[in-house]
Amino acid sequence: MSQVIHFHPDADFKARSLAAVQDPGQRKNFRGAMDFLQDKRRVQFPDQLELEGLRDIGSAIRRNSLARLPELLVQLETRMTANGIQVHWAATADEANAIAIEIARRVNARTIAKGKSMVSEEIEFNHAMKAAGIEAFETDMGEYIVELAGEKPSHIIMPAIHKTKQAIAALFAEKIPGVAYTEDVDELIKIGRQALRRKFADADIGLSGANFLVAETGTICLVENEGNGRLCTTVPRVHIAVTGIEKVLEKLEHVLPLYSLLTRSATGQSITTYFNLISRPRQPGEKDGPEEVHLILLDNGRSQAYADEQLRATLQCIRCGACMNHCPVYARIGGHAYGTTYPGPIGAIVSPHMMGLDATYPLAFASTLCGACVEVCPVKIPITDILVRLRNEAQARPETASLRGSGAGRSKLASAFWAGWTLVYSRLKVYRLTSWLLSRGHALSPIEQGAWTYSRTALKPAPKRLRDLLKDRKP
Amino acid sequence: MGLDKTQGRVYPPKPRDVYLYATCLVDQFAPEAGMDTILLLEREGIRVHYPESQTCCGQPAYSSGYPDEARAVASRQLTIFPEPWPVVVPSGSCAAMMRHHYPQLFAADPLLLARSQALAERIFELTEFLVHVVNFKQPDYGSDCTIALHTSCHARREMGSHETSVALLDSLAQVTVVQQARIEECCGFGGTFAMRYPEISEAIVSDKVAAIQATSAERVVSADCGCLFNITGRAARLDEIAQLDTPSLAGEHIASFLLRRTSKATL
Repeated sequence: MSQVIHFHPDADFKARSLAAVQDPGQRKNFRGAMDFLQDKRRVQFPDQLELEGLRDIGSAIRRNSLARLPELLVQLETRMTANGIQVHWAATADEANAIAIEIARRVNARTIAKGKSMVSEEIEFNHAMKAAGIEAFETDMGEYIVELAGEKPSHIIMPAIHKTKQAIAALFAEKIPGVAYTEDVDELIKIGRQALRRKFADADIGLSGANFLVAETGTICLVENEGNGRLCTTVPRVHIAVTGIEKVLEKLEHVLPLYSLLTRSATGQSITTYFNLISRPRQPGEKDGPEEVHLILLDNGRSQAYADEQLRATLQCIRCGACMNHCPVYARIGGHAYGTTYPGPIGAIVSPHMMGLDATYPLAFASTLCGACVEVCPVKIPITDILVRLRNEAQARPETASLRGSGAGRSKLASAFWAGWTLVYSRLKVYRLTSWLLSRGHALSPIEQGAWTYSRTALKPAPKRLRDLLKDRKP
Repeated sequence: MGLDKTQGRVYPPKPRDVYLYATCLVDQFAPEAGMDTILLLEREGIRVHYPESQTCCGQPAYSSGYPDEARAVASRQLTIFPEPWPVVVPSGSCAAMMRHHYPQLFAADPLLLARSQALAERIFELTEFLVHVVNFKQPDYGSDCTIALHTSCHARREMGSHETSVALLDSLAQVTVVQQARIEECCGFGGTFAMRYPEISEAIVSDKVAAIQATSAERVVSADCGCLFNITGRAARLDEIAQLDTPSLAGEHIASFLLRRTSKATL
């Protein structure tokens, strides 16, 4: 559940990832789920040229929106205010929660029905509401499952992807009164739905995230499959949407290509079951809809990424999760090992701005830089280049540090190693000597070679280097 | 990334002379791959020049987050190719470093940036060079064999060399290339990643070894020594654990494999 995480970043990440790779059941689950999601996405993009064209458009729209972010946010607020939506600005997670609590107190709310929102996870919304005496409960099936289990989401799109149907069957039988153990997936969904639907009627506030915000129309766009998002935003008296400042788009027409890229990249759907466009509260004469609509716009470190020319691209993300679905590391360790709200490659590059690089730098190194994420990213975020930049920052000297927590990963031992490496490979005489010594002493090369021989046989230098063979060859 | 990186690249006619940038791994650990690259090119009537002052492309420091150290080493490689000849690299990873990442590394220094851009234009990964510049076509003298091809991630996604490796292997009449499961997935090496997170690296490479061994391939061929050492080193360790006397998975650099198959004498 929500708790303060105390980081000993390197040791903590190592311990969590080690536990994950040593759990064969979990590895099999993740492998199966990732294969399934990769196949679903592949089917959606049969034409490589169409995909590349769409990615170019998606990337251009996001870069354009970010280039004009300050003015678009002002336009959004003006438009929304005119429409009757109340806009709030939160610099931190605490500020965002305080705004929600203030609204809840003013309308005497006791319960909040939540649609799926990763930003609400980011700000530990449920925890903050509980501390304020307000009950917030999940209505998204995946979120409901992890909430029942007392866990956190392991994936940004499919929060309970780490759970097998057997685990969910046991969980429902244990936690939901009157439910018998069943592994029938349709039956399990029915049980979950029944438990969830009962709660909507009583909720005072509905909380949602937002997939896109449209500046020209003052609209909140919400993409979902279960219908709980629509219920959360229409049944309770008050609707609060919470999202990051980067989600704004200039025009309504910009939504369509991004929506298409999002659903096809995320779940391999050509379109979702529900797509909600929310532009105003209930108007006189309308039969449903909330009396009040609020939008909380959260910074929480995003402006640090925004201020940096290279790192700004991090904010192009539309949260499809394709990067984690295709990541060889995520597939082996799962989402929980990252220890952040957002796991996987996108988590590694966005979390440093939210939590500080000092708490998150190991994640920048937890990548083979294979580029599978870059290849599938629908908005073409140069994730591997950003990972390399964060590695530079993690080990930066104080005078070149530019991010919160820069330099936290600097170690004297590693710096000394790389100084030695530089000496060998930048001084020809030194390289000639050391490589000659290695080849002459090839028979003496150690059997134990640290992390390399942790799982491989030792590397042996050749008795003669290529340069020696070429010397021998010349007449 | 995404589409073949070689698309749109204009290739020169077959030159009389080329430079070989053999890479530090080949020089120290796999000189036969470098030698076989030279023999392959010479057989095509190309003179191969090996600048003795070459060391390492700088990628280890670059990808580990030590850009100053990477620049100190990479800048030395910018000056060792004085003639305007193509530079052939028998490693997709190092070729991608010199072709795509040198200009990023030297972005802040106009002189070195210009030099790195000029060099980047002349960098060719070996299989790319053989297909697009040499128009490599040699008879296959070997008997029937089935192999697996592993293309490094940088070769695949930044140099487009999976297609060129496949084209070369497909041109060998008696060679069948299998399609192992998740062929496009990383082998788990990732340079210092394998050093920093050996357990995760082991999980990834073990799956790669299993995927190749689940096919009927007699060996794995690759244009990158880093991946080859990782995959065959893991397979050999698993052999030790299983107390096998003969290696269950052999590896061979694509230059050596191509030369062996297309030479009468060495078979």
